[in-house]
Amino acid sequence: MKDTVNKLLLTLLKNTPIMLFIVIFILFGILSPKFFSYTNFENIATQASYVGIIAVGMTFILLTGGIDLSVGSIMYVSAATTGVLIAKGMPIPIALCLALLIGLVFGAVNAFAIVKLKILPFVVTLSTMVAGRGVGLSITESRSIMLPDTITKIGSTRIIGIPLPIIIFAIVVGVAYIILAKTTLGRQIYATGNDVEAAKKAGINTDKILFTIYILSGLFAALGGIISVAQLGNINAGFGSGDEFDAIAAAVLGGTSLFGGVGGVLPGTVIGTVLIQMIQAGLVYLQVNLYIQPIISAGIIFLAVFLDSIRDAKINKMERRKIRTEQAPASAK
Amino acid sequence: MSKTVLELKNISKSFFGIAALKNVEFSVKEGQVISLIGENGAGKSTLMNIIGGVLKPDGGEMKLQDQNYIPNTPKDAAEAGIEFIHQELNLFPNLSIADNMFITKFPKVSQTPIIDKANIRNHTKEMLQAVDLKVSPDTLVENLSPGERQLVEIAKAISSDPQILIFDEPTTSLTAKETERLFELINSLRTRGKAIIYISHILADVMNISDEIVVLRDGQVTDKGLKKDFTIDRMICSMVGRDIKQLYPERKSQPTDEIALKLENVSQPGTVHNISFELNKGEVLGIFGLMGSGRSELARIIFGLDPHETGKISIDGDKVCGISPKNSIENKLAFVTENRREEGLLMDVSIAENMGLVTLTKYASKLTKVIKKTSLYDQVKKVGELLKLKSGDIEKYPPKSLSGGNQQKVVIGKWLMTSPKVLIVDEPTRGIDVGAKYEVYSIINDLAAQGTGVLMISSELEELMGTCDRILVMNKGEIISEFSKTGFTQKNIMRAAFRQDAV
Repeated sequence: MKDTVNKLLLTLLKNTPIMLFIVIFILFGILSPKFFSYTNFENIATQASYVGIIAVGMTFILLTGGIDLSVGSIMYVSAATTGVLIAKGMPIPIALCLALLIGLVFGAVNAFAIVKLKILPFVVTLSTMVAGRGVGLSITESRSIMLPDTITKIGSTRIIGIPLPIIIFAIVVGVAYIILAKTTLGRQIYATGNDVEAAKKAGINTDKILFTIYILSGLFAALGGIISVAQLGNINAGFGSGDEFDAIAAAVLGGTSLFGGVGGVLPGTVIGTVLIQMIQAGLVYLQVNLYIQPIISAGIIFLAVFLDSIRDAKINKMERRKIRTEQAPASAK
Repeated sequence: MSKTVLELKNISKSFFGIAALKNVEFSVKEGQVISLIGENGAGKSTLMNIIGGVLKPDGGEMKLQDQNYIPNTPKDAAEAGIEFIHQELNLFPNLSIADNMFITKFPKVSQTPIIDKANIRNHTKEMLQAVDLKVSPDTLVENLSPGERQLVEIAKAISSDPQILIFDEPTTSLTAKETERLFELINSLRTRGKAIIYISHILADVMNISDEIVVLRDGQVTDKGLKKDFTIDRMICSMVGRDIKQLYPERKSQPTDEIALKLENVSQPGTVHNISFELNKGEVLGIFGLMGSGRSELARIIFGLDPHETGKISIDGDKVCGISPKNSIENKLAFVTENRREEGLLMDVSIAENMGLVTLTKYASKLTKVIKKTSLYDQVKKVGELLKLKSGDIEKYPPKSLSGGNQQKVVIGKWLMTSPKVLIVDEPTRGIDVGAKYEVYSIINDLAAQGTGVLMISSELEELMGTCDRILVMNKGEIISEFSKTGFTQKNIMRAAFRQDAV
């Protein structure tokens, strides 16, 4: 009897992200009945898409125990360059490919400094974050760039009734899930995140793995940038800044450990991303003061991560090997 | 005459001008178990790293099946048919057994990059059957016991059907029963014609399993011969280069009647039940039990690392303990944990800093809180000398640079700095060599002579019998019997430890 209760509790604890999602979802619904509408759900999902794509890249990185702070700046540089070039008349498909290429190059620079120069990921990506922002500002001369309607049309395209950003997000998640769960690369990412030295000893080419994931993260950041631009229609100087925080928070909320080796994109990061977006949308619905919104959403994220750490301790305790099975106190001699 | 599989000729290697190996020569034949023994720092690991392609020798040559063998990476060694079973397990606890087995060589579904899960699951099942481990291939490694993990490693190593298997201290974390299973396994590998190199500190195991024994000391082979010509005494002599008549130093003092540490009905659901005992000043009290009997858990509870629900722990008469490590340290309780690498030492920080860690506040200026480095390090040096610590400049070198025995001395030294009234040592001689063991026992004796109460936890019964005044036996979280020195017999204590177990 007590065993089944324990098992149930353990299952609940292991699924806190989903539980939390449902609780906050219902809470907003009660506070603002308009919240429960298809349009609202679709908006949340659409807006979550670009951060979600970046968060997927971030999940790969966090799984190896690294971090990528430069994703917001990569978004900005790739989107800004594309915007400037499109304004100058470059064909859109070529400009978009170029944007992805820029993301890839940024990722490669991060990877090179981390793998070859052996600098800590935090320091490397902090530098590329600042440098990237500088590059973007000099390209745009810190002006806001308007994009032609053709771009925003892409952003509002629907395929079988589903907005394109959601479809792209779904594809990215699907591919990432398969990579992580079902390919050698994915399994080796988990191994590397658990212990780099042990992974090397086991014959895993950890350099190659780290290179791959930082490049992937850069690529996903650029893709996220494009999708965001396609929704907004313009790029200002603050474009993408702060998105690295949302991406990291989404991954961590979804149960990915900052220490590496634990976590995943599905349901993990997807839930985390949608949860953050839902909180932000919910606060708008409740007409919370615009300046207070970031404080509240950060507070909720903090609370969620805090709950998560309590949960970990609790799970560890419950799963700890028992030396003796305690009899009921009454039967003790 | 069976064929020689691996032959080493004149292998030499030095680090920064210090010779680690000098002209080492030996060979292994098909169907032969050759044991390699030697104190820590004798060069065993260096030699294994050379065979395994981690290090390159400075001189000499290796021949594998009469071909020159020059491995550049561990992968080369694996491809040449040499597999290692390491002392520190190289498994990824966050992955399943099946994933661990195939981590570098996953089979794919036909032309896709997708891993063939069904395939690896079935293969893993077969591999686990070979070592008689009955768990699902999908079990996460973190949910396995150390012994089970060891078996997974072995299953992994033998799955590639290697020519040569190298076991590095495979039994340190195994229970008696698991060790027995391991030896059956090694025997069956031997009959199948595998060449096996077996490295161990447990000389009784070496005596049990080997065909031939090679002894290394200071990087040289000092003795080599058939097992039947060896005795444990001869092994020890060749290893330490001097005659250790006795493995255990003589106790020169007697326990007093004053109580140093007292436990009254200490219980914690799931771990220990109703533990009561008294440890007197100047006494060495042993706690023996099989793996999972709750020995180390009890130590953690006494030190206040883990909570206890009921009962009372007191030190020095009336001071209550078992609340928090900070409280314990203030009450002069010291705890040398079983895991010096993870729990006992900051491996990359200097030896002096490690030893000063617990006593920092004592050497801080009252006013500015700045540490008075000179007086701290003077004391550190004194303790270091007392322990006969063999190291380079203690302010410069980290514990990483030391042998296991000297690392353990640093941990003990850290606690001696506090002049403890009660010292708990958990597996104080695990993974250290015979000479260093003797020194650790001497330190324990000296402490007891000075009036410190020592609680010694160990899974090596012999060392408890050689060092302790009394031995308590634990089983399933309870103390089930007590033996005084006159009543020490291996048979009786073992019998007590196994009580209630279906053996």
